[in-house]
Amino acid sequence: MDSIASILNKKVIFITGATGFLGTALVERLLRCTDECQIVLLIRSSPRTSALRRLDKDLLNNDCFDPLREQLGDQFHDVVSSRVTVVEGDVTRPGLGLDQQGMEQLARCDIAIHSAAAVAFDSPLDSAIEINLLGPSRLAQAIRDASTLRMQHIAETQATQQIQDASTATHLISISTAYVAGTHQGNAEEVLSTQAIARNRSSRTTTTVTTDVDIEAEIDFARRLRSDLQAESRRPERLKNFVSAARKEMGSAGPHLLAERSERLRQDWVKESMVEAGKMRSQSMGWPDAYAFTKALGERMLTQQYQDIPISIVRPSIIESAISQPYPGWIRGFRMAEPIIISYAKGLLKEFPGTPEGIIDVIPVDMVVSAILAVAAHGPSLPENEQPSMSTPLRSVSTTSQTNNPPVAVYHVATGSRNPLRYGTLVDLVKEWFSANPLYDTDGQPIDVPEWSFPGRGRVQTQLKRSIKVLSSLERINSAIPVHSFGQDLSARLEESRTKAQRALTYAELYGAYTETDAVFMVDRLLTLYSTLHDDDKREYCFDPATIDWATYVRQIHLPSVVSHARVRTSPTSTRSVSRSGRALKAILSPDREMAVFDLENTLVSANVVDSYIWLATRHLSGSDRLSVISKLVVQLPRLIAMDRKDRGDFLRTFYRFYENADIDALQKDALEFFHSYIMNRSYPAGIARLKKHRNLGHRTVLITGSLDFLVAPLQPLFDEIICARLDVKDKRATGRLASPPPTGEARALLLARYAEANDIDLSQSVAYGDSVSDLPLLESVGFPVAVNADQKLSAMAKKRGWHSENWKTAAPQAKQLTAIPPLSNGQSLTGFLLSRAFGMMSQVRQDKARQGPGSPDAGSASTMRHTALYDRSDQIAPKLASAEVRDTRKTPKLASEGSVNTRKAKKTGRDSR
Amino acid sequence: MSPRPGYVLEVDRTTPPVLFWNGEGYLLERLPPEQSRIVYPPDPLKPLEDTTEHIRNALSHPIGDSQPLKSLLHPGMRLTIAFDDVSLPLPPMQQPDVRQLVIEEVLELAADAGIEDVALIAALSLHRRMTEHELRHALGDRVYDAFAPYGLLMQHDAEDPDGLVFLGTTNLGEEVEINKRAATSDLLVYVNINLVPMDGGHKSVATGLASYRSVRHHHNVETMLNSKSFMDMHHSELHSANWRMGRYIREQGIKIFQIETTLNTNTFPPQFSFLQKREWEWGPKDRASFIASSKALSIMGDRARRALFHSIKAPLQLTSIQAGEVEAVHQVTIENVLKQQLVNVDGQTDILTMGLPYISPYNVNSIMNPILVACLGLGYLFNMYIGKPLVREGGVVIMRHPTPLAFNTVHHPSYIDFFEEVLADTTNPAEISKYEESYATDPWYRELYRTGHAYHGVHPFYMWYWTAHALDHLSSVIVVGGNTKAVKRLGFRPASTLADALEMAEDSVGGSPTITHIRVPPLMMAEVS
Repeated sequence: MDSIASILNKKVIFITGATGFLGTALVERLLRCTDECQIVLLIRSSPRTSALRRLDKDLLNNDCFDPLREQLGDQFHDVVSSRVTVVEGDVTRPGLGLDQQGMEQLARCDIAIHSAAAVAFDSPLDSAIEINLLGPSRLAQAIRDASTLRMQHIAETQATQQIQDASTATHLISISTAYVAGTHQGNAEEVLSTQAIARNRSSRTTTTVTTDVDIEAEIDFARRLRSDLQAESRRPERLKNFVSAARKEMGSAGPHLLAERSERLRQDWVKESMVEAGKMRSQSMGWPDAYAFTKALGERMLTQQYQDIPISIVRPSIIESAISQPYPGWIRGFRMAEPIIISYAKGLLKEFPGTPEGIIDVIPVDMVVSAILAVAAHGPSLPENEQPSMSTPLRSVSTTSQTNNPPVAVYHVATGSRNPLRYGTLVDLVKEWFSANPLYDTDGQPIDVPEWSFPGRGRVQTQLKRSIKVLSSLERINSAIPVHSFGQDLSARLEESRTKAQRALTYAELYGAYTETDAVFMVDRLLTLYSTLHDDDKREYCFDPATIDWATYVRQIHLPSVVSHARVRTSPTSTRSVSRSGRALKAILSPDREMAVFDLENTLVSANVVDSYIWLATRHLSGSDRLSVISKLVVQLPRLIAMDRKDRGDFLRTFYRFYENADIDALQKDALEFFHSYIMNRSYPAGIARLKKHRNLGHRTVLITGSLDFLVAPLQPLFDEIICARLDVKDKRATGRLASPPPTGEARALLLARYAEANDIDLSQSVAYGDSVSDLPLLESVGFPVAVNADQKLSAMAKKRGWHSENWKTAAPQAKQLTAIPPLSNGQSLTGFLLSRAFGMMSQVRQDKARQGPGSPDAGSASTMRHTALYDRSDQIAPKLASAEVRDTRKTPKLASEGSVNTRKAKKTGRDSR
Repeated sequence: MSPRPGYVLEVDRTTPPVLFWNGEGYLLERLPPEQSRIVYPPDPLKPLEDTTEHIRNALSHPIGDSQPLKSLLHPGMRLTIAFDDVSLPLPPMQQPDVRQLVIEEVLELAADAGIEDVALIAALSLHRRMTEHELRHALGDRVYDAFAPYGLLMQHDAEDPDGLVFLGTTNLGEEVEINKRAATSDLLVYVNINLVPMDGGHKSVATGLASYRSVRHHHNVETMLNSKSFMDMHHSELHSANWRMGRYIREQGIKIFQIETTLNTNTFPPQFSFLQKREWEWGPKDRASFIASSKALSIMGDRARRALFHSIKAPLQLTSIQAGEVEAVHQVTIENVLKQQLVNVDGQTDILTMGLPYISPYNVNSIMNPILVACLGLGYLFNMYIGKPLVREGGVVIMRHPTPLAFNTVHHPSYIDFFEEVLADTTNPAEISKYEESYATDPWYRELYRTGHAYHGVHPFYMWYWTAHALDHLSSVIVVGGNTKAVKRLGFRPASTLADALEMAEDSVGGSPTITHIRVPPLMMAEVS
């Protein structure tokens, strides 16, 4: 055989899936190792990016082309554009979606390499079918459709120049996967299932999976299933579930966001059901997953229906980073083994299924590229030396033998049979490497990699499922606790643990099959092909698996590459996350910002509307009356909490009805005391310092809260604007209604938008601080959202969206107004103590007890005695003082009535102290 | 029989371990023998027997150029009675508070004289407003209920533009601006509790009822560096400035009837009496109390422990009361304070050790934050001397206190920012003044001071100025058992044990240093010869 480059130089090659991992390497190699070979790329345009733009963005910009770029310098783009033609199209569309020009381009092509695939093992069944199953056939059909054009094209070129290669039909090389062998045990040979059946003369073979499948029915079924699921997902009962799940997740974030979320959940449900359907259908037919299943059917359909087209099939195993070309360690995207390796190195995967003596069949991407190009150069015929008898009768089912096409040649590109990498060896190599080059946790501590004991897949999955179940129910319980500032750390930890376990389970379920594969992929034909190569090509286009030194490959090539792609901490001093939050903070506190908006409860202070109501309502009550107010509220609490979950606005409306008939002047007076003795005690100094920093920077500061105006009035010096709830007042008494809708959820975003517009403020240049999902609309409406003391739900969302998060605490753990210790000698105050404790009202009880003054038990016996003595004289003093007051009031009539009250009070106190 | 005077014990091998206060707790420490001494305060003086009689007597037999109170009162006059705030006495005394007793007598005379226009003012200066409970505790319910509901029980507001009056400037250019109600009264009666020599005299009005504009003239780093110590009126620039202002106030025709009282050092109630006994005199009951209370405290939470200590009401008793003209009264008061507190100590020491208790004038019913720890040790206890400081120049102070990184957000909001912003920049008292104005004029701090229960925004600066003399005098300050972050932020050196601290101190003062431990509270003044 002539050298590969010299053959391919004269060819025009059509490639699908060029922006994928394998496709990228393929294009790069063709450009770099051949001088003249023309390449036609089928690229799908996306709504935002044209196919041509994608060539640069998704292909040429990849670091795969770095060596070539360096080699060509300024000429890189000229060379590329002189050799690469882009046609727009999509393998999921009939005729590949090619227009006339596209068809003409395809007609030019001598070779078509089909590398487009849905490689995710968890693709939905129908999309896997569209791409993996129907894709190859669509390309074959397009080639068939273009054959007339091609004949014309050849006729024209033959007239102008001498064509050496007489072959006229386009050679289709379909990239499949070795795992089409499915759950086959033992040696899997390089044969089609039809070839195997023909050879074995039975439907059960020793070479590959041959399950009989009605392909058309599978396609119909999958398409119908999607529409069935779409219909199912819209049934009221389903929709109810989505809405309630969305509500659970988003709390009272507002109807808009809820609707968005529940629609999203519906779509996810359809997708997940499709994935599940794919998995189950595949497993029921003897393949591990939808990927292998659809790939296998794709091969069958292609070879059965397009016998008029010369076809070769290349089946790589698990493709991993390059061993030498374009440079050692090159890899594109995070593939199958990488997340597992990184999770392991992070100490997240405590166990992974697999048997130590099992073979893990990985193959460097450049070997696959070499094999494909060797097949391309060799042509559709079986390699020399190989007797057709080996896989004959090859076209026994042939019905449309218009051409004398050779039998379909199948090539495995795999290492398992010739140079097996044992799973145990791989794990040892990985462990050894990460012990020497550990990843670091956020504290800068090296992470110790776990020791795997190679349990069975079932055991691992059962264990993981169990722990996920426990963790999720703990999370549910935790999130059901109404006092949300409680246990934030706990919920964060729970969520993290559950996510870890969930991820581990996903890996185990998805990839477990590949670490436990029993099939050994034979590479006899591949090696035969290899033996025909020119000596130089054997070096340049090496695909002999025996040349791989696994220890070197794993230690020096693959792992360093994986780690550098994974964006993980590889040194203790790495401060990536610190500097990231530092950067975020700098952006937040930039002079360019225009406004800073703060939520109040749990953002600036650790208090809530229930606290304030209880405090105010019981302010002037004695122990038993206070108890009755509190217990009445306790009875209502479950209803109120449920309401709060559903809609914060409804909750506030209902809750503020408690204020009905309250004297507004008295409330205002008490509120001041409440603010200074209670709210301030629970303030977050870091929050107030931040607020002042914004003010110093000239940012406008706005408070937006569902609290009542008189409660937040003392905060005025800190804010330019306070947007809050107001009680409706009639004759100086609260009516129990609100004067305007409470600023909660989406209303906040609207109010803020209105405010920003009125004051000519750019919201995209503004900062907002909030603590819960009900602040989500507010946070979403500004350019710089900050999650403060975020509850579980918001915390998860903030993480996902990359929002800056902060944790602000009170200045002293349990800082309280301190007075005397409350007496717990009688049952009533103990009950009061416990109840008040539940509301965080501890200090108030203390204060009030203490305020009762010398008559209260804590004042000590000496003072009581002293006061008894004082009483004797109190009647003498009090009237005198009182009379002075009364006389005084002649000058200021306003005090007239108060003067007389004074007398009564003085006497009353005298009596009390007895 | 007069009570025992103070005592300086030379530590030898037979000396039992000595009590160190440690914030909301205490422990026993052994000091190195043959090089250490312990200074014990005098025992509490015997109190006056018939308090009421003594009060009446003082009011009717004034000292100096003053007529008896009764003859100063006449119908139609405007009378204002000012009184010391919650920072005195320490710990808060058991009821009845001496202020209540004195004010009741004054009010009785006022009622007798038929005075209609009477108001009470808590002389807060830049301190926090007292709570209702604290006012009731200091004044008694009767007085409180007779005045508070009608707005006649006021708390001085150093930031109230309508409540202050500018009187002019002293010959040194110090602006004098005081409470309007007090300044426009026919007579201002000031009721003092003189716990330490700094209290009282002209400082009562010139500081207690003054505005920030006025106070800043003597509450600053220069004054403090020239007050050696501010507890010694003859060597205190703080004293001189207040006297200049006080005399100026008098010259403006403001009539003040000064009442000063001194208390003995009966600091702890019976269940804690061992805390003021000398260790070698502890009986079985004292030892048992020590062990039991230490154990109990060790298992209590921070909050419970704090609540327990702040619930202690001291059985302090009146030892003298004098009234009349400010300077003459104060002269006698100082003698009476020193009679209780003075201890003669022979020579200075290389290392001064002290165990800091849970309370200082600025954290009654509150948290002793790190700045207050520094102020208590270096501002107050270091300065409790006449003549020379107990510790030599270039010496070391070792304080024991847990120094938690905790603040009371109601009482000390500006302290938090002072700690995070100012001290993070510099701990040099002379340098922090560049931040002073922004804290003093911050509208948020002003709001919290005026309507809440917060110290004035500038107050943490004063606390730090208070330490200026000590920081200037010492080579190093070591805190034993403190929160490392807090201690370092204060510019001090953290040590985990007293032995470590003593070893660290030797770096500064050399080997075999002399060590002096002051066993306070109860309070004492050292006269170092």
